[in-house]
Amino acid sequence: METLANNFQVLFQGLALGSIYALVALGFVLIIRATNVVNFAQGDFAMLGAYMMVACLVGAGLPYWLSFVLALIGMGVFGILFNYGVYYPLRHRGFLPVIISTLGASIFLQNTVLAIFGAQPKRLDNVIQGGVQIGSVFLDSQYLVILAVTMVMVAFQYFLFEHTLVGKKLQATSQDKDMARLLGIPVALMIAITFIYSAALGGLAGVLVGPVLFVSIGMGSIIALKAFAATIIGGFGDVKGAIVGGIFIGVIESFAAYYISVPYKDAYAFMMLFLVLVFRPQGFFGEKVSEKA
Amino acid sequence: MKSLGGLQTTASRPRRFSPWLFLLIPAAAAVPLIPYATEVSHFAVSMFMQAVTYAIAVLGMVVVLGYTGQINLAQAAFFGFGAYGVALGTVSYGLPFWVSLGMGIGVAAIAGGILGLTTLRLGGHYLAMITISFQQIFDLVAVNWIAFTHGPDGIAGIPRPSLFGHELADDRAYLLLCTLVLYGLIALVWWLPQTRLGRAMRGVRENELAAEVTGVHTLRVKVTAFTLCAALGGTGGGLYAGGFAYISPDNFNFTRAVEFLSMVLLGGAQSPFGGVLGTTLLILLPEWLKEMPPSLQFIKDVYLAIYGLAVILIMVFMPEGLWGLLRNGWMKLRSPIPVDTSNIPQLDLDIAVTETTPLLKLEGLQKFFGGLRAVDGIDLEIGRGTVHALIGPNGSGKTTMLNVVNGIYKPTGGRIIIDGQDVSQKTPHERAGHGLGRTFQNIRLFAAMSALENVIVGAQRKNNPIEPGRAALRTRAMSALQFVGLAYKADTIVRSLPYGHQRLVEIARALAGHPKLLLLDEPAAGLNQTEKMELVELLRRLRSGHGLTIFLIDHDMGLVEKVSDRITVLNFGKKIAEGAPQEVLRHPEVIAAYLGVGPANGAA
Repeated sequence: METLANNFQVLFQGLALGSIYALVALGFVLIIRATNVVNFAQGDFAMLGAYMMVACLVGAGLPYWLSFVLALIGMGVFGILFNYGVYYPLRHRGFLPVIISTLGASIFLQNTVLAIFGAQPKRLDNVIQGGVQIGSVFLDSQYLVILAVTMVMVAFQYFLFEHTLVGKKLQATSQDKDMARLLGIPVALMIAITFIYSAALGGLAGVLVGPVLFVSIGMGSIIALKAFAATIIGGFGDVKGAIVGGIFIGVIESFAAYYISVPYKDAYAFMMLFLVLVFRPQGFFGEKVSEKA
Repeated sequence: MKSLGGLQTTASRPRRFSPWLFLLIPAAAAVPLIPYATEVSHFAVSMFMQAVTYAIAVLGMVVVLGYTGQINLAQAAFFGFGAYGVALGTVSYGLPFWVSLGMGIGVAAIAGGILGLTTLRLGGHYLAMITISFQQIFDLVAVNWIAFTHGPDGIAGIPRPSLFGHELADDRAYLLLCTLVLYGLIALVWWLPQTRLGRAMRGVRENELAAEVTGVHTLRVKVTAFTLCAALGGTGGGLYAGGFAYISPDNFNFTRAVEFLSMVLLGGAQSPFGGVLGTTLLILLPEWLKEMPPSLQFIKDVYLAIYGLAVILIMVFMPEGLWGLLRNGWMKLRSPIPVDTSNIPQLDLDIAVTETTPLLKLEGLQKFFGGLRAVDGIDLEIGRGTVHALIGPNGSGKTTMLNVVNGIYKPTGGRIIIDGQDVSQKTPHERAGHGLGRTFQNIRLFAAMSALENVIVGAQRKNNPIEPGRAALRTRAMSALQFVGLAYKADTIVRSLPYGHQRLVEIARALAGHPKLLLLDEPAAGLNQTEKMELVELLRRLRSGHGLTIFLIDHDMGLVEKVSDRITVLNFGKKIAEGAPQEVLRHPEVIAAYLGVGPANGAA
């Protein structure tokens, strides 16, 4: 009975962490679909969002919900800056320069935040204190919030893409930019919107995971690597794949850390990634890989 | 035109003796001797040692990123393999230095090869992420597997080697050795682009699909580049361990990998000199920052942030790095040497036509994309030495069919038989090895390479019946260029050639491989009337008694009628007519397919 409860506890934790990976992975996928490039600063969006939250909540002493809204707005604005500073000048130059540029942005962001906030990790409090006790299993409130918010965001995104005009335009942009342009869709604007939305989504993930992981400079990179592993495992550029892949990695990681070894916790995702690449390179949901040239 | 990877690239032009070498060689020779001549602080020597060993690792980045256009964010891990090889070999297992170094390099190369084999099929994004992941795993293992790696404490007391009985305990002697190794490797990396492998690498960088179709085993080339890069990383790391006598995991983490990347980007990824320049500058930079006035001292704290910003700025404003800037400036000052077009032998295109069986035979060929039947059960025979045209309205499956014949797509069903051999399951480069040449509808050349280099890549395909050796390759390529009338443009970078000439270079590239079967995908697309006339002339010269078989697609019915022996008409993936040009072009179903149902005179 004890082991069952433990397993359930581990599973619950894995689902919550996996949700965070899924949120960041969603941001990845949106940018991949809009621009055909991977944004290596995606994880730092989460880091930046969490620090914005810290600045508003702890630094300026603002109320929780106001800080939350400000952090998300701040991330949206940052998404615009990122689009025009990092992606836009290189948009005609293929994926390698953009990848390298986003990598540069990642280093820049981490070290700028380091210079401002210092190396000491910051604490963020849970949205709601306490948790739910079911028998010997304790469900931490923050984990419950993470799960709930992830579900809401997935539903929101589904609604946005499938049932709104903006969503259709975004889809058209991601499928064929030239055609979209011919149809009068403002492609540059659609890409800017994608960056704004992904930045806000990343920031949201950071704010949510802050209380669980501590807010630190490096929190983003490690989340991003797993989120990216999730996008590959799920199927490159596939929305459903990103969500399932993220949760899959979170759960595997939790169990492996519990049953095998904690220090290598961060390595399990990569091992899964290698296995998937060798045996099913197109991922769970992906079609046979062919990169757009 | 932009290259596939998109990193801005310049060609390596044919080299001639440069006055720079007069300056460069003595300067380079003098550098490692400085510590012998004057008193140099221990600190300066260790910085020097760092620069030299890092530069070796950065040379690896030149090969993989600059030449081959593939990203590697795990170079610090490969550097680490070399370093741990030396450290563990000498300290933990008491092996001699050179044996340990060899093992370290070997492990690095094997790891690089395996990493490449698993991911290089998938291309850019995967590679970037997988190499980062690999780098992270290396770091985790180095820190956590304490029993083997000594964990975060690192390994101290790494001995120096001896060479021919000389102990290299003296910093100056060891530094001299490392510098000589660096020079040797610079020479190697500098020479590489002129070799078969180097040209293939640059072809992959410029246009991977075209390289594959031209006969380059692209996966093997990429894996080789990756292995070489890892081995260079390992060499640098091994020498680093010997130089500093102490290593710990933080020497080999992701930050270091990004440093290697920044070094090669800043200096210029296209040249080993760029790599060395970038390494030197970024190692000196922190020292210069220390010298800044107090009002600017804050820069030291945001040093890495500036680093990140610099990476973005380099990508935007200086994609070829500093060396690229210097070189382009220098090139502008030089007047080009005219190409010697005398004594170019006639292009040998002869294919012995001894058999009467068809050269290309398609049996029930199918290619479906999901529910779309792009090619739907085509049977086709093309006779040896004939010109066969494939026509049909847009979207009728012509290019798809060419792509299946060529191996870019695997057929859903049916068989492709070239010269009696079933090639249905072969890769494009294997088919090129069987004598299949091709051009593309939207020209696919190696944009940053010269016309001659483009054509040499075509000439170096497997089984090309020419003499071995560089001279024969060059001659063959010159003949092919002469055949299309562009020998005088041999040294011109194709990116700067006019469109019509680019089409001709692409044909020359295919011809240089001495094909049995030449696939031409809309060769007349985008050409003006004069150029079209020239093309017709060229195609006529090609079919006149050489035995070469041509399979072409075009929309210009005038051209098709003039050059073809037979025409096949496709519509909705099915063959609707076949025969001699005159009858096919008047076939009612063909006219209907092009113009809709109703009476009409022509089908152009």
